Amino acid sequence: MTQALRICHLYPDLLNLYGDRGNIIVLTSRAQRRGIAVTVTEAGLGDRIDPDAADLFFIGGGEDRQQRIAAADLVNLKRGPLEAAVEDGAVVLAVCGGYQLAGRFYRPAEGEDLPGLGLLDLWTEHPGPGTPRLIGNLVIQPEGQDPPLVGFENHGGRTHLGPGARPLGRVIAGHGNNGKDGWEGAVARRVYGTYLHGPLLPKNPVFADRLIREALSRHFPGVALEPLPDTLEARARTAILARVMKAPA
Amino acid sequence: MYHDEGITPDGGGTGLSDRTVPFDLRLSAAIALGKATATLSRSFHRGGGTTMPGRVARAVEPRLVQMVARRLALGSVVVAGTNGKTTTAHVLAHIMRTLGHRPVHNRAGANLAAGIASALVEHADLRGRPQGDLGIFEVDEATVPRVVPALAPRVAVFTNLFRDQLDRYGEIDYIAGLWRAAGKGLAADLVSVANGDDPLVYEAVRGLPGRLVTFGIEDERHALPAIEHTAEARYCYRDGTPYEYAFTYFGHMGQYHCPACGVRRPVPDVAARDLTLHGPDGAELTITSGGEAARIRTVLPGLYNVYNILAAVAAALELGAPLARVGEALASFAPAFGRAERVVVDGHEVQMLLVKNPAGFNEVLRTVLAAGPLPAVLIAINDRIADGRDVSWLWDVDVEMLAGQVGRVVVGGLRAEDMALRLEYAGIPVEAIEVEHSYDRALRRALDRTGTSRLYVLPTYTAMLALRGVLEQWGAVRGFWET
Repeated sequence: MTQALRICHLYPDLLNLYGDRGNIIVLTSRAQRRGIAVTVTEAGLGDRIDPDAADLFFIGGGEDRQQRIAAADLVNLKRGPLEAAVEDGAVVLAVCGGYQLAGRFYRPAEGEDLPGLGLLDLWTEHPGPGTPRLIGNLVIQPEGQDPPLVGFENHGGRTHLGPGARPLGRVIAGHGNNGKDGWEGAVARRVYGTYLHGPLLPKNPVFADRLIREALSRHFPGVALEPLPDTLEARARTAILARVMKAPA
Repeated sequence: MYHDEGITPDGGGTGLSDRTVPFDLRLSAAIALGKATATLSRSFHRGGGTTMPGRVARAVEPRLVQMVARRLALGSVVVAGTNGKTTTAHVLAHIMRTLGHRPVHNRAGANLAAGIASALVEHADLRGRPQGDLGIFEVDEATVPRVVPALAPRVAVFTNLFRDQLDRYGEIDYIAGLWRAAGKGLAADLVSVANGDDPLVYEAVRGLPGRLVTFGIEDERHALPAIEHTAEARYCYRDGTPYEYAFTYFGHMGQYHCPACGVRRPVPDVAARDLTLHGPDGAELTITSGGEAARIRTVLPGLYNVYNILAAVAAALELGAPLARVGEALASFAPAFGRAERVVVDGHEVQMLLVKNPAGFNEVLRTVLAAGPLPAVLIAINDRIADGRDVSWLWDVDVEMLAGQVGRVVVGGLRAEDMALRLEYAGIPVEAIEVEHSYDRALRRALDRTGTSRLYVLPTYTAMLALRGVLEQWGAVRGFWET
């Protein structure tokens, strides 16, 4: 088997609210620049997915309407294969609306609960149409040695973690999961969920490389990635960190 | 700038005599204070005083907007939508002025309630008589329900709905919902002029009271080879079924229909046919309406401006303008600032094309690249409230179009680094990307690289204002509030 990064992009034409495909562009480019072949398959409504055909699954964000359309399909057609893939060491990155759907359920402002994938032990509640959305620049400190993650959040729902999920990081600036407990995102096994929406990976190359490495290690344990210059990445991080730290969002 | 052209400074010819307008002390005081605020804020260079006069005046007389607006002899037109409001309002004002009317309208971007009140304060005399006969007001998407009932418009124009400034408004469904909610406050004789090629617009307005007039493009030669990934409206509003598109022109504009509920793109009442695009230099098209046709030439470039022209023409026809005269008027239209406006500075030609969201940015890129590779472009991205605070959308733009087509990209604005990173991932060599936060130096660097050809400047809204300020200092254009 030749070393290849196999990405499956779930609902690229439905859950694509905030430049989500930026993450796919970045994963693809960073792997290709290391001489690693990349395949990106797209799985939309009604498509069946093969847990052995991809090592990194990506789910982006959508508006309530799109999220409702996606939720039923996710639970009916995608949950089983995704569970199997995760059990086997695959990576899942779920962003914003996709993060909410990766949890146990989403309780909207009005209407019935949306069932989730249950890949992460968390639930999300929208406190009501009058409640302000949590919007702005977001900086978090992940656990371990990784540098802060920077990005933007915009969500109405408030997410609460159960005992089976660890937070992705501690909020340094911004709101995070619910604007109250100071935590952001969730991790369990190789499933990552976060409100750092849309193009999370361009300005967080260390995290992008972590995902690539973990996805490759499913079939190539101990794989190492040679470093990239990341000059513009560093500039973009510095610029936004300087602004956010000076005047927290 | 032409905002106020044709409106006589002494307020002559309002069409209303002193006897028909009772003196109202509170209204007069509100207008006097508003005018004083405008003078003060201009002399302190506080952004031209586009909103404060209205705020002050409305604090004194909250009903100011309806009191002054109802005295406009021909009534009012409101223009709503994500893109093209300013250009549509300006084209319509130009047509109506050419036909001998005296439109009163709000300044570009001052499209919240206070901006509209400011415009009325500025264009009214102390008795509250408007110095014109027709109101043309661009209204911010989310302001529609609050402002439209007060203006009681004859014609409401809906240009398009794109994801834009989501951080301000939340989600696109919410805006469409606001428009539908606004319908309750509208008069039964209202005419809605709406983009029928945009399924989000069509769904939002077809329940409104009054009559619906649709416009659209009827020229399949300009269809895109494939639907863009930026297309917003892939699923029917009502039942969530995927729309079937015969084709799209850009974004989600095109010939759609829902196989489940049967809703389909309407045959347009006002249509653009036999369209020829001349890249950034404009377009030629035939506009048809009710069996009549007029061949039109315009300096406004790109398909997005064809929609703006259609919107303005459809509104003008509803106000009684004859199609032939409309065609003549369009030939003499010069663009609004930042909207494909061309200026000359130090012997260089500079053309600014505003970028606000992915579909619009893509159209601008296609337009400026139509004539072949460019030595340099300047892209300036800000994230102030008027630009949208979230720049994630840059990753939905097909920046890849620039790869191999541009010698150098100078990037400016508060989010210059984000744009630079986007360019790098789009395949522009890092050596060809230059980050320059000073607007002055960014323009200078880009002009140096452009040589004798035209420099295209692609800014977000507030970056456009700043760059225009620099060009003004260099003697290219005058302040938009000074004319």
